[in-house]
Amino acid sequence: MTALLNLVDVIKDYGSEAGTFRALHGVSLDVRAGEFMAIMGPSGSGKSTLMNIIGCLDTPTTGSYRFEGTDTATLSESALAKLRNAGIGFVFQQFNLLPRLSALANVALPMVYSGVSARDRATRAQVLLESVGLGDKPKSRPSQLSGGQQQRVAVARSLANDPQLLLADEPTGALDTKTGVEVLALFRALNADKGVTVVIVTHDPEVARATNRVVRIQDGRVFYDGPPTEAALYGHAEPEVTA
Amino acid sequence: MIGTMLAEAWGALIANRLRSALTMLGMIIGVAAVILMLAIGGGVQKQVSDSISGLGSNLLIVTAGSSRQGPLSGGAGSGATLRIEDADAIARIENVVAAAPSTAVPAAQAVAGPVNWSTQVTGSVPAYFIVNEWTAGDGRVFSDREERAGARVAVIGQTVADKLFGANDPLGQMIRVKGVSLQVIGVMAKRGQGFGGQDRDDVIIVPLTTALRLLQGNAFRRSIRSISVSVSSAEALDQVERDITLLLRQLHRLKGDDQDDFSVANLTAITDTLSTTTRAISLLLAAIGSISLVVGGIGIMNIMLVSVTERTREIGIRMAIGASRAAVRLQFLLEALMLSLIGCGIGVAAGTGLAMLAGRAIGFDTAVTLYAVTVAFAVSASIGIFFGWWPATRASKLSPIEALRS
Repeated sequence: MTALLNLVDVIKDYGSEAGTFRALHGVSLDVRAGEFMAIMGPSGSGKSTLMNIIGCLDTPTTGSYRFEGTDTATLSESALAKLRNAGIGFVFQQFNLLPRLSALANVALPMVYSGVSARDRATRAQVLLESVGLGDKPKSRPSQLSGGQQQRVAVARSLANDPQLLLADEPTGALDTKTGVEVLALFRALNADKGVTVVIVTHDPEVARATNRVVRIQDGRVFYDGPPTEAALYGHAEPEVTA
Repeated sequence: MIGTMLAEAWGALIANRLRSALTMLGMIIGVAAVILMLAIGGGVQKQVSDSISGLGSNLLIVTAGSSRQGPLSGGAGSGATLRIEDADAIARIENVVAAAPSTAVPAAQAVAGPVNWSTQVTGSVPAYFIVNEWTAGDGRVFSDREERAGARVAVIGQTVADKLFGANDPLGQMIRVKGVSLQVIGVMAKRGQGFGGQDRDDVIIVPLTTALRLLQGNAFRRSIRSISVSVSSAEALDQVERDITLLLRQLHRLKGDDQDDFSVANLTAITDTLSTTTRAISLLLAAIGSISLVVGGIGIMNIMLVSVTERTREIGIRMAIGASRAAVRLQFLLEALMLSLIGCGIGVAAGTGLAMLAGRAIGFDTAVTLYAVTVAFAVSASIGIFFGWWPATRASKLSPIEALRS
């Protein structure tokens, strides 16, 4: 079976007036469907760049990135938008809900761009809100919800178009410990019950500990790729790059 | 999807009510100005064309020259230079349908029983009614025989009828002018106001012979004030005008460098000039309105640029969850379009209201036409798209990563 995500020798350079800066030095990585994993690394390690490439928000300078076997380099801008819309669900540290819209409308938003009818959107968005335990708050604005509630709305939104990949960027970073644990439990349940592939980008060892696989990025390279051992979580592991 | 996007655009405008309203102000003022000007221009033109049709078509008016006493000129019509024979001669010119000599009885007071009314008394021939395309609304006009016989009859305008007889039937009643009793045989159809706003129904018309008898002083015995000439077609007007001038110079025995002792006015030319002028003025005013529309459009562009900057993060979020660049552009374009069209709607309402007020103040009809409203909306939509395009494109070109980071 082919991998859901397949990165081969991904290099990412950023050009600036001061010269080029290489954020990724040839990253190769396979993620199979149904995995529950974390990408770790200190700030400046390149993990955000990697996340942007995996999320199709950015493209590699060289190397290839295949999503479900499709080389993303061959996709047009609008095809990439479609892929972000239907194939990938984003969860952000700062929730990134639209403040003007109700919880229900926020959850329904990705379906607007995929052309689902207004009635089906509302029905599905309500089901999704219920699945994250917020079935009673469809009309609430983000500002009327707690951080944990907002993040759960964001998770519901990420699931709107049944994506294969759920990509979370520091999803517990803005939450207190207890709420963070709840959100992680939600990810775990989605992974176990619906088979959604979950990739969490984090620097928090406690978050990564809850996953099955840890990829540690350091200086733009894969520094560790394996189970979440103490050494891997805290960055003491010897380099153990998988081919 | 469009429905949802329209709802979202509306939500975005509502979220910044004051700003949206101020942004629309430019469009409102521009559209209101254009609507108002088109309405007033249309009203003026209607007034002019009504006056033209009221004058009778293809009309030339020959007026007697000024009287001269040494260096003093008495003004047009004061001289006794036109004679009834001149009218008869003019009537024989090619392409002349009819020539009606007429004279005015100065300072005429009309009396009917206990009531009196100061009005204009004109003496003329039956051709006068043909030339002026004016018919009796009630009763009849006098005949050629009555005219030649100097019959003591009168045809009165609607205003005179109202003033002298009120609700009573004027037909068959007697009125006295300068001590002479005249029987009312007809009441003319209502004509309304003329160019200068004078009441063209405030007039008594009597047979020319009768009028000349009413006139004091032998100097005016056979002389008349003006001759109205009806010409068969507009194309013949200029030629007939030249022919009249030649003929009258000959009849009046004027030598090569003598001044004309009469003047010929081409009313169609005058009204043409008038309507051209009013059209030019309303075009000018519409142009001024258009400038403020453009300024309004620039205001929309300005606010949309601010809005794009403010909502960079929102744009990033939308792109991350799958909005294509085209969808982002469409969203901002719709907002700009909505701003301009709502502004246009308010502007049309305001312009219509102002046009009604202005019409009441100036005293003539101002009509806001469907054409003007259609043009206003079409222009506003174009402005919304034109000035919304750049900000919307700018929004769509944002990098989602940069936008999310803001």
